[in-house]
Amino acid sequence: MPAQPLELILARQFGDSLSMPCFLVDPDGNLLFYNEAAESIFGLRFGETGGMRVEEWSTVFKPTDGDGNLLVPEDLPLVQTISTKSPAYGSFYIDNLKGDRFQITVTSFPIMGRPDRFLGAMAMFWKTEEL
Amino acid sequence: MRVKVWGCRGSLPASGPENNTYGGNTSCIQVTQGDTCIILDGGSGILRLGKFLSPEIKEIHVLLTHLHMDHTMGLGFFIPLYNPNIKVHLYGPSTSNEPLVNRLRRYFSPPLFPVRLSELPSHPIIHELNKSEFSIGEVTIQSEFICHPGPTLGYRIMSGKSVFAYLPDHELQMGASNFPNYPEWTSGYEIAKSADLLFHDAAYTSKEYMTKIGWGHSSVRDAIAFGKMCGVKKLALFHHEPTRSDEQLEYMLKESTQHLKLDFEVELCAEGTVYEFE
Repeated sequence: MPAQPLELILARQFGDSLSMPCFLVDPDGNLLFYNEAAESIFGLRFGETGGMRVEEWSTVFKPTDGDGNLLVPEDLPLVQTISTKSPAYGSFYIDNLKGDRFQITVTSFPIMGRPDRFLGAMAMFWKTEEL
Repeated sequence: MRVKVWGCRGSLPASGPENNTYGGNTSCIQVTQGDTCIILDGGSGILRLGKFLSPEIKEIHVLLTHLHMDHTMGLGFFIPLYNPNIKVHLYGPSTSNEPLVNRLRRYFSPPLFPVRLSELPSHPIIHELNKSEFSIGEVTIQSEFICHPGPTLGYRIMSGKSVFAYLPDHELQMGASNFPNYPEWTSGYEIAKSADLLFHDAAYTSKEYMTKIGWGHSSVRDAIAFGKMCGVKKLALFHHEPTRSDEQLEYMLKESTQHLKLDFEVELCAEGTVYEFE
């Protein structure tokens, strides 16, 4: 597999060193990495999943609205960032693989490399009750 | 393809009898293939290179990894820049905002240097690179951003089946996840994989590195681990600290390799050394 561009390597390093949850995807929205803090929300270690296609991760982690209806990928801030190459923000619920339910607030932003290359996106998120 | 070392010292020229074996000039490498003349970096070594260039050469390609002083300080003393009969191309990393030519003008202007770029007999032709692939004569070059402060490129030079990889300033620990276990997540891997010859930053001992994290350089031990990960045939350690003598460099290499069983050659890069490829 070809190596990732430097900007994504450094983004992963950055995310890996944070205690706040973070999620990293490539320009097609495929999952590249999520950190230890995110593992506690998803109920799944990154080492168990590895990378995933956008169709997989957007359903594996079961994002839902307040009534429990599954959100389509296009409603997720990170997927919006991938399609618009702009920051996005949103709040929704995650039903994780351990059966826990969390409301989370997500801020996502594009990763633009020098000189103007779109390389992927990163999302930082929080359990809403912590805000 | 022929690769000649005109400078492999890091940070600052360090001439003196204690540095005779490995040399005191900063980064400058000459790559020749037939009539093609490529120069990697314009450190102080480029002065001597310019003096010994064949008079037959009418076109020269200077590829800068980045614009730190030890990689550019020799440019103003590169004789072909003052010869209107020689076409000089200058390549370097692009940024988001400031064109490369403007960044080069900072060096070619007072008080750093008396001659401005516009005062040269013929203005060098400027090429901005990022993740790029292009050919010069029969040589194919790949460039990619690597982990070092400021925009910095690594170069992969290919001719026929031969590959030479050049990563003179590169911090492996900062630019890799769980180094050296994930090639996919290691800065510079695409540049160096399966190279016949790799020149790689090895400025520090492992102990020194711990006090210089983020300065953009690697330890000898990390450079060797990277060479192993990339499956290179030969690794030449580069960017010798200016304070280090020949004796100290050789001790560093011995200390770092004595307990290792390596299936590739590791040596200290030395000014004047020539590597020939088929």
